[in-house]
Amino acid sequence: MTKGWTLYDSRLAWTLVAPVLLLLVFFLVLPIAVMAVYTFFTFVTAGVEATTLTLANWQEFFTDSYYHGFLFKTLRVGAVTALICGVLGYFPAYFIWATTFKHKWLLLLLLIVPFWISFTIRTFSWIHILGEQGIINVTLLKLGLIHEPLQMLYTEGAVIMGLLHFLLPYMILNVYVSLESIDRTLIAAARSMGCTSAQAFREVTLPLSLPGLGAGLLLCFVLAAGSYVTPQLLGSGRDALFGNLIYDTIMGQLNWPMGATLSIVLFVVLGCFAAVYTRYMGMSQIVKGLSG
Amino acid sequence: MAPDLTVNGEEPAVKFSNIEIAYGKFVAVRDFSLAMRKGSFVTLLGPSGCGKTTILRSIAGLVDISSGEISIGGRRVDDIPIYKRNIGLVFQSYALFPHKNVFDNVAFGLKYRNVPKADIARKVSKALEMVRLPGSEKKLPSQLSGGQQQRIALARAIVFEPEVLLLDEPLSALDANMREEMRVEIKKIQKQTGITALFVTHDQEEALSMSDQIVVMNAGAVEQIGTPEQVYETPATAFVADFLGKANMLAGTVSAVDGLRAKISLAAGQTVTVISPKALVPGTPVTVVVRPQKLPVGSAATTNRLAGRVVSTSYLGGSAIYEIDIGGRTTIRANTQINGRVAREGEAIDVGFDPAGCVLLDESGRRIS
Repeated sequence: MTKGWTLYDSRLAWTLVAPVLLLLVFFLVLPIAVMAVYTFFTFVTAGVEATTLTLANWQEFFTDSYYHGFLFKTLRVGAVTALICGVLGYFPAYFIWATTFKHKWLLLLLLIVPFWISFTIRTFSWIHILGEQGIINVTLLKLGLIHEPLQMLYTEGAVIMGLLHFLLPYMILNVYVSLESIDRTLIAAARSMGCTSAQAFREVTLPLSLPGLGAGLLLCFVLAAGSYVTPQLLGSGRDALFGNLIYDTIMGQLNWPMGATLSIVLFVVLGCFAAVYTRYMGMSQIVKGLSG
Repeated sequence: MAPDLTVNGEEPAVKFSNIEIAYGKFVAVRDFSLAMRKGSFVTLLGPSGCGKTTILRSIAGLVDISSGEISIGGRRVDDIPIYKRNIGLVFQSYALFPHKNVFDNVAFGLKYRNVPKADIARKVSKALEMVRLPGSEKKLPSQLSGGQQQRIALARAIVFEPEVLLLDEPLSALDANMREEMRVEIKKIQKQTGITALFVTHDQEEALSMSDQIVVMNAGAVEQIGTPEQVYETPATAFVADFLGKANMLAGTVSAVDGLRAKISLAAGQTVTVISPKALVPGTPVTVVVRPQKLPVGSAATTNRLAGRVVSTSYLGGSAIYEIDIGGRTTIRANTQINGRVAREGEAIDVGFDPAGCVLLDESGRRIS
């Protein structure tokens, strides 16, 4: 190491980072702290709470299986969505990586195009596809294949479909980036030693792209489990996820202390998942770093 | 016409017959033919972009040839997929699998040849011994130095006893000391195993020191094929003379002929005597090619003495390299043993060469023979 020489001046660094730090502190850390305090307030009646400290909200959460059911269901929907994303997303990512098409950037641009349309509008569009008067039901009815519309909208399937629609680009980009970091001579080496292209994929490409797949799975899981708009628009009351439960508790029942408790629960649970997973993933990241 | 590519009547280990490799309109390699004797070490030497790596990739099956034929041990391979060709490949970038340990890396080719487990362990440890890294089975490539990684890559390429070992600039990613050591080691292992090796490099020293045969290439075509001595001592073209060892090239015209002896008037003004392999015709333009090592200076310059002035001196300990201006905008490079005093810049100095110690090129840059 060269002594007396750093990449940056520390005072300048703090000055440049300060705006973001302040934003994060005031609009993220403080609100979460306030919310954490709220979980110990006493619920009096709709819209009214007393600052008397109590453990009642936490007790209610830990003892009422109604909440546990929602939590497990949310985690299950998140996991299923992430897994389907992984399976569906790997192939397009592989294709974009492997293609000899000259204008690769165009394919990557296509992945980003959906982001140009509001997420809510994209979610609403499913109503016209899956709804009673939607394109699928109308077509099947006209063809005489069915006699009454299928219930597709407002089901868990519709929710997962909506989430997939929203999350696939994230998965594809994650996998693509990790594929792009693979040294292609490794594949040539494997082929030269007797691997068919499928064997080379299994021995080299797949293991070395796992960090990207893993990162994509985590991202999709957290975003799906924390989603609120998609189940609200595409799910029925039964298909609501934890986010909708929080919304209902705060906006419907006006029970802020309980709403805050549930928010903190979701925050901590997803945070723990991310932390444990990242730590575990850290190992593969090291392996990935070796290929560079 | 397909050239006769048998080596002393014996079927060559590797044979390229009139291959051409084109990418769209760009012809990377044209009309390349080469026969490699079994157990020989052949080097493709040339500047970057001359097509040498493309040829190596074509035998490996990483690029398709547009026409011609490639065979290994008499078996045509240019139309069979890469994994059935039975070749060992060593890359410039090592290309070790970062997620597999040394054992799994070296065992890789054996695994895909259905070698029994016990034999795999034995062969891997033997190969690691050969590259002088025994006991490194459990290490990950990232825990090894560049030189060690390249040794593992070499072990991985030879462990399954391929018919040909292909080495794609395997030394250029290493630092200078390591390179020298690996050069000796690769050559030793190649001799020991008797494997036929095709080596690609742009480094003339590597080519001269390691090869049984050198193929000098330029712009997709072969300039000369020969032993290191042949290509160095009797370069077939101006390109070979210049690329290997930076020869002095003195342009001139034949002024008088006496049998095989000829007087050449140099463009620089002087007249020198040369011995030509065939009788020259007065008036023809020729280029006299003299290696820097064949140019004694000062009192040692007894024949073809040219008066000059030292432009620069590089002192190398036992010898020195002088750049000598002999007038007529011509500079001669002489690499000579020091006897007595090292001449300094600006000093007047004589330089000479033996009439038989040069090669003559004709107008088109081809050697007169």
